[in-house]
Amino acid sequence: MNDFPKIALRFVVLVLLQVLVLNNVAFSGFINPYLYVLFILMLPFNTPKWLVLISAFFLGLTIDIFTSTVGLHIAASLFMAYSREHLLKLFAPRGGYDVVLSPTIPDMGFVWFLSYAGILTFLHHSFLFIIEVFRFDEFFSTIGRSLLSTVFTLILILISQLLIYRKK
Amino acid sequence: MRNIVNFLWKNNFTILFLFLEFIAFILLVQTNRFHKASFVSNANAMSGGVYSTYDNITEYLALKRVNEEVAQENALLKSASSLSFIKMRGNHVYIDDTLHLQQYKYLSAKVINNSVHKRNNHIIINQGKEQGIEPGMGAICAKGLVGKVKDVSAHYSAVVSVLNSNTQISVKLKKNNYFGIMTWESEDNSTTATVNKIPNHVDLQIGDTIVSMGSSTIFPEGILAGTVSSFEEIPGSDFYDIKISLTTSFNNLSYVYIVKNLLKTEQQELEIKL
Repeated sequence: MNDFPKIALRFVVLVLLQVLVLNNVAFSGFINPYLYVLFILMLPFNTPKWLVLISAFFLGLTIDIFTSTVGLHIAASLFMAYSREHLLKLFAPRGGYDVVLSPTIPDMGFVWFLSYAGILTFLHHSFLFIIEVFRFDEFFSTIGRSLLSTVFTLILILISQLLIYRKK
Repeated sequence: MRNIVNFLWKNNFTILFLFLEFIAFILLVQTNRFHKASFVSNANAMSGGVYSTYDNITEYLALKRVNEEVAQENALLKSASSLSFIKMRGNHVYIDDTLHLQQYKYLSAKVINNSVHKRNNHIIINQGKEQGIEPGMGAICAKGLVGKVKDVSAHYSAVVSVLNSNTQISVKLKKNNYFGIMTWESEDNSTTATVNKIPNHVDLQIGDTIVSMGSSTIFPEGILAGTVSSFEEIPGSDFYDIKISLTTSFNNLSYVYIVKNLLKTEQQELEIKL
């Protein structure tokens, strides 16, 4: 519980960064990075499952209020939080996760983190873009957009990890 | 009974997920169908506050361009100030103001948040219900069409930008008044749009001007929409598929005018009777 101020600060910083900076960034048209998913990715391993869902709900709601699309980011964040629990189970090392560790590059290693972040970010983005379009006749262009956006979000996630956890 | 409780308890995580996801989809569908749930409008005042603080800081960067636009617009208004009046007596011109009835009023508003690269883009402006803005009003700028007011809070409004998959605006060719419908398709970007339903026997040239038709109660007639950049005949139909380049530059929009149609209720009451 003593991690709470740090996590709350991370929430505020990521939301502001998303709505004030990244929502104005677009690479060649539709590609838009959603760095705020980093909040869900970086929740500690021992966070209760229900709390992950609730915080994803409020994260999505906050982003939605700023982009005036109610429900869109909530639905995508929830889907991602739900998948996270299953993915963590799938990726668990023998003997389970060490409670003092958190899902970051220095704790879990580059390959582990990249596949963990990559899969979840792609799930989030494709879910988001599909319900945003809400039609299936643009299915492949939607998937293409989610793939490209995932790549950009991942790059930002890796940069932020390197900046925060630089070796001293 | 005990089995059910056991089952629910064992799957509480999945059930909580499904429950929250259900709420999210209800919100999503509600917002698309109707005007936003009221608590979201109130919340808009909060996000509006953050955005206007941010905008106060970045406003200075755009001052030069905004000044130029205002000067251009002034020149335009001076030469065309009677555009917002409709003629009451056929084609005769009477030099008497009681024969003109004002139909449109314009309210100026500042764009405090704007997106151009989503599938459904919105613009937030710093005028709301207290300044007389209502859902359903049109938004234009000096260069052309901007969108339609979707939702208002006390001091802010959300405008559905032309860059939105739900956009449908009646437009016409300026030179011969053939009308069509402007939409924003998935292959369009922030500077282009699509016009359908213009019959393919019409003489069409690249560079032709497309303006608003003024048949709905949202926009006045003759507001610039764009110029034809390419067109092709749709095989097996009688219509052109026209790509236009929008005259409004959504990427650096800073001020818009909200159009208040003073004769809106009159027109709508009549249309309902049809």
